[in-house]
Amino acid sequence: MTQAMTQATAQAATEPVIRVHGLRKQYGDKVALDGVDLEVNEQEVVAVLGPSGSGKSTLVRCIHQLETIDGGAMFLDGELLGYEAHRGGFRTLSESRVCVQRRRMGMVFQQFNLFPHWTVLKNITEAAVSVHGQTRRQADERARHLLDRVGLSDKADAHPRHLSGGQQQRVAIARAVATRPRVVLFDEPTSALDPELVGEVLQVMKDLAETGMTMVVVTHEMEFARDVADRCVFMADGKVVEEGPSDRFFSDPRSERLRAFLSRYSGERRSPVGLQEVSS
Amino acid sequence: MTATDTLPTRPDSVRPDAAAARPRFRPGRLASVVALAVVAVLVLLWAATNPRFEWPVVADLMFDPSVMSGLAMTLFLTVVCMALGTAIGTAAAAGQLSDFGPVRWTCQLYVGLLRGVPPLVQLIFWFNLAYLVPRLSVGFASWSVNDLITPLTAAIIGLSLHESAYMAEIIRAGIMSVDSGQRDAARAMGYSGRQTFWKVVFPQALRVIVPPSGSQFIALLKGTSLVSVITLTDLLYSVQIIYGRTYQVVPLLLVAVIWYLIVVTLLTLVQRRIERRLSRGYDRSTSTRARSLEGEPA
Repeated sequence: MTQAMTQATAQAATEPVIRVHGLRKQYGDKVALDGVDLEVNEQEVVAVLGPSGSGKSTLVRCIHQLETIDGGAMFLDGELLGYEAHRGGFRTLSESRVCVQRRRMGMVFQQFNLFPHWTVLKNITEAAVSVHGQTRRQADERARHLLDRVGLSDKADAHPRHLSGGQQQRVAIARAVATRPRVVLFDEPTSALDPELVGEVLQVMKDLAETGMTMVVVTHEMEFARDVADRCVFMADGKVVEEGPSDRFFSDPRSERLRAFLSRYSGERRSPVGLQEVSS
Repeated sequence: MTATDTLPTRPDSVRPDAAAARPRFRPGRLASVVALAVVAVLVLLWAATNPRFEWPVVADLMFDPSVMSGLAMTLFLTVVCMALGTAIGTAAAAGQLSDFGPVRWTCQLYVGLLRGVPPLVQLIFWFNLAYLVPRLSVGFASWSVNDLITPLTAAIIGLSLHESAYMAEIIRAGIMSVDSGQRDAARAMGYSGRQTFWKVVFPQALRVIVPPSGSQFIALLKGTSLVSVITLTDLLYSVQIIYGRTYQVVPLLLVAVIWYLIVVTLLTLVQRRIERRLSRGYDRSTSTRARSLEGEPA
């Protein structure tokens, strides 16, 4: 772990936005992440694919420090996440400094997790005001702009429960980017949606990628991974089995496991037209 | 006239329409309404005609100054002990949910102990605290416990601590009812632990906390009558003093009963209002998950 940390400091000049080294995570006896390495560069969209239980959700939850880790190290813009140097070794960071680190990342959850007791507008603005110290007016202005971009400008005063799943997730994406994070982590953002609502959410994510947002997307949407992501990472049993540029990844999978995984999906491919329809 | 008379003999001759259907005649319901009405009239007649109720005395003493001051004491005790109990209970609930063992075990022990001791026993115990701890010293200051523990302080301590144990359990259940994804999302937004609790978790927990807290408040109001054993002049003890002098036991108990019922009814109305306020933004009996998966915009 120490070695990984010194290495990273030396490379600060060409430092990727996110850098994960030998990440290990265990739940009791079960190893969820078994030495995962990952780098995400500025403005890059990385899709993380893999069968259920492969550890891909755990990976993004660890990066966002919603889980404690059992080994390895993670960096955001070269800054060590969750730990600090102390007396020649390392110790866990104070809770308040972890909060400060989290504020530079956004996260979108599978179950949306909008706050049901607040209106859509307040869901988006509250962190900007109470955590980032923006004025209510600034925050409102940005929130309305974002709502317009995700096509929900008429829903500002609605409560989340009166929105469809797809609308809720679009609000959640607006909420995640409202505070201008360095990177947005998506944890299976379309897995809880009815099939006909998936397209609208993917379209918003595609738009976001086109603005140059750095994104890590855990997903089962192969179309999205191939068409929108710059790079794909395939995980199985808590390890990264294969990674590569998206076009090569799908056309020329090298490992047997990825080939088997992709062949299972090729049958149920959704028409790429679905993406285009929503954008109009 | 039964329904079969009017139904068409051939089912296809008239188009069935639920809007035109008549309710069925239900003889059981009619019989029970008659029976209940008869019982109600008999009870009212008995209450009105039995001279032992001494209704004129009830009317006369309803607003007696000592009854009024007893009622004021009962309300004062209820409000103070509920406030203290809720404050201590919130702390104990947070402690029980702490990930730090020693704090958690201490709070669990506290709740277990205070919930296990009957409130009447606690009142007598606190009233007699001076036997156990004759003097209380903090630094150079020192007090005689006999001076500190009056019927009022003993009542406030005993009822507040008893209440805090129940409130701790209610608040703990409320906090645990909030989906863990809410906490994840709040932390992911960069909220501190305190902000996460007060902005996101607690407001949602309130919906679960308020209904049983209302019942607790009402139970506490009635529970204050226990303080009559340590000679604190609450509503019950005030009427006991009067009937000890005049021997009008039944009418004076009725005075107390009527006041308890009036206050409880008012509290119930307030509770309903608060519950309705808190449920804004929620649809009754529809879970987040089920609703959002349906994906129907309202």
